[in-house]
Order: sequence, then C-alpha cells, then structure tokens
Amino acid sequence: MIWNTLLLALRAIRRNLLRSFLTILGIVIGVAAVITLVTLGNGATKTVSDQIASMGSNLIMVIPGQGHGSSGVSRFRMSDAQAIRSEIGAAKSVAPVSAKSATAVYLAANWTTTVTGSTGEYFPAGNWELASGRIFNEIEERTGRAVCVIGETLRSKLFGRQNPVGSQIRVADIACEVIGLLKAKGQSAFGSDQDDTIVMPLATVQRRLTGSRDVSRLMVSARSGASLEAVKTQLGSLLRERRNLAENEDDDFRVMDTRQIADALTGTTKVLTMLLGAVAAVSLLVGGIGIMNIMLVSVTERTREIGIRLAIGALEREVLLQFLIEAVVLSSLGGLVGIALATASSMIIADVMAVPYMFDLQINVLSFLFSAAMGVIFGYFPARRAARLDPIDALRHE
Amino acid sequence: MTSAAAFIRLAGVTKAYGEGQAAFLALNGVDLSIAAGEFVAIMGPSGSGKSTVMNILGCLDTPTAGSYEFEGVHVEELTRKQRALLRRHYLGFVFQGFNLLARTTALENVELPLIYRGESASRRHANARSALAQVGLAGWESHTPGELSGGQQQRVAIARAIVTNPAVLLADEPTGNLDTATSREIMDLLTGLNRDRGITVLMVTHESEMAAYARRIVRFIDGRVASDGAGEHPQ
Repeated sequence: MIWNTLLLALRAIRRNLLRSFLTILGIVIGVAAVITLVTLGNGATKTVSDQIASMGSNLIMVIPGQGHGSSGVSRFRMSDAQAIRSEIGAAKSVAPVSAKSATAVYLAANWTTTVTGSTGEYFPAGNWELASGRIFNEIEERTGRAVCVIGETLRSKLFGRQNPVGSQIRVADIACEVIGLLKAKGQSAFGSDQDDTIVMPLATVQRRLTGSRDVSRLMVSARSGASLEAVKTQLGSLLRERRNLAENEDDDFRVMDTRQIADALTGTTKVLTMLLGAVAAVSLLVGGIGIMNIMLVSVTERTREIGIRLAIGALEREVLLQFLIEAVVLSSLGGLVGIALATASSMIIADVMAVPYMFDLQINVLSFLFSAAMGVIFGYFPARRAARLDPIDALRHE
Repeated sequence: MTSAAAFIRLAGVTKAYGEGQAAFLALNGVDLSIAAGEFVAIMGPSGSGKSTVMNILGCLDTPTAGSYEFEGVHVEELTRKQRALLRRHYLGFVFQGFNLLARTTALENVELPLIYRGESASRRHANARSALAQVGLAGWESHTPGELSGGQQQRVAIARAIVTNPAVLLADEPTGNLDTATSREIMDLLTGLNRDRGITVLMVTHESEMAAYARRIVRFIDGRVASDGAGEHPQ
C-alpha cells in the first residue's frame, strides 16, 4: 500500500509542478538563509579566534581604564615598560604602544593609515616578521629618528609593486625613511586591515606626532614556560603600586591575555551570529507561512480531488497517507535544495569575506527538520479535514 | 420487483437534511429493489430526491432511516471504511461533471482505482488500456482532460468506472454536460456495457430521451417513488 501511495503522491506532485515549486520555494529560502548566516557567523568566529591565536598564546595586553569608558584615566608611560622589564623576570619582551592616525605621502600617492610608535620589541611581541629591510635599532629608538617600518597595504598604496626600503616618505609633517617592510598578516580580529600600518620608534611618535609622553597600551609577552597567570598577577601588583592605588581602590587598568581577548571578541561575533540566525529564523518562519498558505489554498482544489478519490474507493487513511507523503517529499526536497543552496552560497560568500567555510551539522539538521515539520503540519491538517468530509460533500466542493 | 434474489434493496429509506422545524426530507420512505443486470433510469424534477437516492445507492451517503441491502449486506450498518471498500470493489461512478483529475493523462485517470486496489503496474497498464479501448479511446491514453472534448472526458470517466469490472455502474446525469449527439454515443456505450458485460447500470437523468435507453424507469416526486415501470414506453 505504501508503494502505491508513494506513486500517487509523486504523480500528484508532478501534475502540480508550479504549486509544488512554490511550496518548496519558501522552505528553500528559509533553510538557505538560516544555514548561510549561521555558517558565515561561525566562520567569522573561527577567524577571530584564529587571529588571536596567531598573536601568540603568551601575549598579555595591558590597557588603561576598566571596562569600556577609559576617558580621564591616566595612561602609561615609557617608564612603566622599563619597570616591567626590570622587575618581572618572566616578561620576555615589553612593548609600549602609542598610536595615531596620519596621512603618508610618497610622490603623488597618499594614504591615511595608523602610525604605531613602539620599540623593537613590538615586532616579536605582535608576531610580526619582516619581508625585507630591518627594524629600528636602539639608537634610533632613543634619539627618536624618523625611520619607519611599513605594512604591506601601505606599500601597495604608495609604492605599488616597488620595493619601498630606502625611500623617503612623508608621514603627517615628518620626513621619514622606510627601513623595513612587514610580511602581510591580513585582517585583524577587529575586522581592520593589520597590514595598513606604519611602525616608528615610540619617541618619534611621541615627540613629533602625538606631542605627549603617553603610552596607550602595553604588550607584554611571557617567556615560554612561565605561568601566564603569575605574570598577570605580578603585572597587576606592579602597576597598582606604580599608579599609587590604595588597597580599597579598583584597578584603573586591565590585564588581559590572548584567551581573554579571544573570548571577548568571539563572544561578540557569537552574539552577532545568533542575532543573524534569529533574523534568518524569521525568514524560515515566513517561508513556513508561505507553505501554509499554498497548502490551504490548494486544498480548495484538492477537496474535489479528495472527493473523487474517496468515491472511487480510496480509504480516508490512504488519502491522508498520500498527502502526508506529498508534504514530506516536498518539504524534504525543499530542505535538501535549501541545504545545497546554503552550502554553495556560504562557500562563495565565505571566500569573498575571507572567512573559513565552517560546516555546522547541527544547524543543517535543525533547519531541515523545522522546514519538514512546517510542510508536514500544514500539508497534513488541511488534507485531514478534507479527507474526513463525506465524499459527496467533498465532490460538491467548488 | 420484490424478488428474494434482489441485488439491491432499499426499504423505507428516508434522508433528512437539517433538524427540527427546518428539517427537509429529501427522501421519504423509499422502497426500491433492483436485480442484477438491470438498466434503471431514475427520473424526476429537481429536488425530487433522485440524486440523493443515487448517492445512497452509491454508498457515498447514508440514509437517516430505513435499510439498504447490497447483496444481502446492510450498508447502513457498515463503517465508513467498509463502505469505501464496497465502492472500491463493486461500484463504478460516472458523474455529470466528469470529475477527472486535472492535468493527469487519461491512462493515469483510468489507472487510479486500480492503484487503490493494489494491482501491479503491468496489470494496471494493460487493464487501463483495454478499458480505454472499450470506450473507443485507444490512442488517447496520454491526453489530459484539458486536451479532450466533453464526450471524450466522459468516456475516460466511464473507462475509469469499468476498469475494475464493477457489479454496478452508477451514472449521475452522465449526459448533462453534453450535446445531443454526444449524449447518444454515451448512452449507446452504457447500453452496450449493460448488455454485453452484464453490468447493472443505475442512471439519474431528467431527459426523457436518455431515460428511454433504460429498460426500467423509476420516477421520483417529492422524495417518493411516483412510478416504476418498463422503459421505452414512458408514461
């Protein structure tokens, strides 16, 4: 009986191709939207955590202020970095960082970028490698020479394919020699281009660009084997002491390791993923309502069909089973097409957005089941109502 | 016709629509016996109950009171499912509006009852083709109702009704939507099926000309049998 009913269901689908297509369409769009958005969200989360991992697992960031509002909080000084270096043995490198945005000019080309002032220790601490040239030496750091190491993006904007090492560029009003080129790193966890950067000695930036001796953050990398927690505790107490915080005062700075930064950032992208997923779930719901409408509308036509079937000897059960199979076949087909579409589109978009394609079995199964349930419920109940009519009433139905 | 061998027997069949004051008796104590192999035309003006008695005879509807025996089985005591099985195995239907499945080929329409009977694909095709050939539609198997004339559609419907080799063919105004020439062809077809295959034919019609094809004419007025007699010489 099941095979015969399957045959009837497939014939019914075939002779109503347009209606079947419309029924499927809602499911396809809903399923594809949910899966695509969640897959891309997962990819973005993965990118963020990968990039933070690429910063090195032993990196500690110290930023002034607690929480998000950091205005009015005293910044760090170069001397803080020196103190950390001398007092905390487990700190391998300490890079004080001060950054400002400025326009760089070479011949006719100009580009606005971030100028980072730091010491030579910035490069190992930030996992930077040189593509060519050199980094600044201690004398250049101390005297505040106008030398700079530039990132790949800036090179392509100012120099095209040319080797920039040895050229003179102007950064804001500083004439500055390019002494090194950094290897490309790609997008940062914050979504910005990490290669869009100029690194100069801290003293140069402080004197000639920011005009203050403030340091906006400290990057500390721990020696391998040293306990990250211990280093963080030591950093905390040292900085509290240097900033004259009383016993009962809270820290006015934050010490975070890469895992914490990763958690904070991936937390954001996870929330975004959930938000996008929720929006997409609404579209799945709307798709479901579309199915419901088409099913309900088609029941008018199909009530007569049900009447005919009942009159020539179909059992109520067989008619229902046929409609159920139709609904299951259509919904599953819609779900599968939706999954295929989502896979293709998320692969393409992931490629464009430069995030990895992350297949998420759970969301695939979930949205498939949801759409199938939608199709089955809304296909089944109107049919059940019709199948329970007296055949004569169903036949008379116009 | 009160022979004990009666094939179909209605006794005191009443069908009421509505309740209480507004109740309307579509059938009011109908007694009717039909023997196997008869060709009976049921006539009567609109509202006389002729379609209602047809639906009851076809097990599509149930009487409010009275009994309906089909080959000794009391149909009014059957469940919905048993009535469906009775329709499946013993009855064939032809309707005024053809009631074919739209966008479905003639062959698939005729196969439909066989699918519900669980016949194998090969037997289904063979039987459906032969039924279409019997109604003169050989070569039209792959046409959909939309591509067929009214007369051809009614022939497909007749093929669908006889493909299961039913004991009784119930035709409700089978020529109601057809022109006179086509109507005569359809009536010839029904007469032939009755004569050559011994199928009992019950037909509702309001056209005397069509009723004249029947060997027996039952007239209904106001839910009662008004007259019951031999055909060809209607009163």
